[in-house]
Amino acid sequence: MKPITALFRSKPIEELPDIEAAALRSDRFRLEREQDWKRLEAILKRMESGRLRKVPDEDLLELPALYRTAASSLAIARETSLDAATLAYLESLVQRAWFQVYGPRSSLIGWLRRFFGGGWSASVRELWLEICIALAVMVAGTIVGWVLSARDEAWYYALVPTDFADSRVPGASREVLDKSLSGVEKIDGLSFFSAFLFSNNAKVAILAFALGFAFGIPSLMLLMQNLATLGAMLWLFSQAGLTLDFAAWLSIHGTTELFAILLAGAAGLHIGRSMAFPGNRTVVAAAAESGQRAAQVMAGVVLMLVVAALLESFARQLVTDTGMRLAIGGTMLALWLAYFFAFRRSPGDIGE
Amino acid sequence: MSRARALRRPDRRKRVLVTPEGLSLPLTIASRGARASALMLDLIIMGVIQIAVTLALLGIVIGLFGEGQSAAMEFLGVVWIIAMFLFRYGYFLYFELGPRGATPGKRLTGIRVAARDGGRLSVNAVIARNLLRDIEIFLPLIFLMSSAGQGGAANWASFAWLAIFLLFPFFNRDAMRAGDLIAGTWVVEVPRRKLEQAMSLGEAARGRSVATGAQYRFGEAELSVYGEYELQTLERVLRENNPEALVAVATAICNKIGWSAGSGDERAFLEAFYAQLRARLERDMRFGKRKADKFS
Repeated sequence: MKPITALFRSKPIEELPDIEAAALRSDRFRLEREQDWKRLEAILKRMESGRLRKVPDEDLLELPALYRTAASSLAIARETSLDAATLAYLESLVQRAWFQVYGPRSSLIGWLRRFFGGGWSASVRELWLEICIALAVMVAGTIVGWVLSARDEAWYYALVPTDFADSRVPGASREVLDKSLSGVEKIDGLSFFSAFLFSNNAKVAILAFALGFAFGIPSLMLLMQNLATLGAMLWLFSQAGLTLDFAAWLSIHGTTELFAILLAGAAGLHIGRSMAFPGNRTVVAAAAESGQRAAQVMAGVVLMLVVAALLESFARQLVTDTGMRLAIGGTMLALWLAYFFAFRRSPGDIGE
Repeated sequence: MSRARALRRPDRRKRVLVTPEGLSLPLTIASRGARASALMLDLIIMGVIQIAVTLALLGIVIGLFGEGQSAAMEFLGVVWIIAMFLFRYGYFLYFELGPRGATPGKRLTGIRVAARDGGRLSVNAVIARNLLRDIEIFLPLIFLMSSAGQGGAANWASFAWLAIFLLFPFFNRDAMRAGDLIAGTWVVEVPRRKLEQAMSLGEAARGRSVATGAQYRFGEAELSVYGEYELQTLERVLRENNPEALVAVATAICNKIGWSAGSGDERAFLEAFYAQLRARLERDMRFGKRKADKFS
């Protein structure tokens, strides 16, 4: 009886077949090469199961050569052999090898290096037109929110979600509003708050991006609606003469968060625009190209929202001085702008 | 016989991909059914993991309860929120970026993600195709659960809008979902074939039956009856090695070429016929002459 460990050991490749025994020329062709094919198959099996470390270096080095051998075997077999089973085997083997040889090679580290080292900011710069449009829409949304609330207070309630508007309602005294802008003394609960904010904001941003698929219009509506809320609140605080304090309270995380949402909307819009106006490319090709660029921007947006959530929950609650708040918010904005628009590398360095 | 021809008509899901070496590789687009079941499996796996993580964290919270360790509780809350976010967005990303290009559900149904242009599947493409999953699946699901019974024109309108994304794969030939379109990817079948035995190794392939010692030699006229399609059908019959089928096929061939069918030695007869027919067809093939089937 075989020892039980033999069941788990990988099967050794059998002895060389007797090539001369084959009556057909195409079978001799196959027998001469099948050792290489089986070797390739064994390597592929280990690579596919994710045990890349267990594949010896010499096997990895030989993978491209074995792949080309199999590919040329397939090309010849198609012209000389009528063995359907062997052809099907070769096709599946070459396809599997092709997926490994030309598969997603970039490791996470490599991708991150390219991403931070210029890939992200380059994608953002390529979206400049959409960023301008989205910015215009956001500014317009804020103004609309302000004007509507100023005309009729009912609009304020319509624009600001009710759970938002605890003490901050039209007609509230200056003290109440001022108090809502102040921080908290203890830091308990802030990390939970920040995780919650991040998760929530990231979902909104991803939604703004995903809606861009329908030619960008829903993305713009989402931006408009969110910024109208902001405009309404801005109006409320300006009534009480707290415009600057509110701006400071908002800017500490808002410069990062609003920038991220701006980018998300612009990314969605970018896909929508390239599908509506694909130029010389097919719509499908245009969508794929812009989609991958926008995805890179979106990966960055999620990171920005992590930063924004940390600022919102910790910095805003702990730093209460208006000047300091404005300084932090302004610094963050300057940092982002510098990173995206001043930090350039020649395209050759970025690769991909 | 038109049925046989219809069966050989190229499959509607077949595509050809040209590798950088200039070799054309056939690909089969994954069926919508396979993709739907892969998604179901993935959602079930995700759900089970999410519930398990939630229960484990709840268990820890209950264990800590009453001891006033609010900092630890808060930390667990943060872990929970981050974990849920990662499961929702990271699960598909992590697996599709792996060497198989497939989530566990896709692997079980034998499909994977590939770049549509035959190039490399990039990280950005995988991110793009999975960001759209939000409006394609999660949003309609949440919507259905939250406002299913309410009716109303606005509700129906938003449902129709979501249905466009849900049903997107049915409106294009390649069964792409909106995320695939944006990312430049598609989902294809991953064939797994074993290397079968070579057919012409035995004594019978040389025309001599081991059992009876009879010699089978077929002439030009007898071999010119059939083409490649019949040859490959015969190959399948021989590989399956079902005795009844062997007898039936041997009889059919004997009738066709005008031999009288002997009995008991069908396998050797068929192997000999197969080897000689294939030798003839492959020889013609090398001279650029191909015979697709018995009609041509």
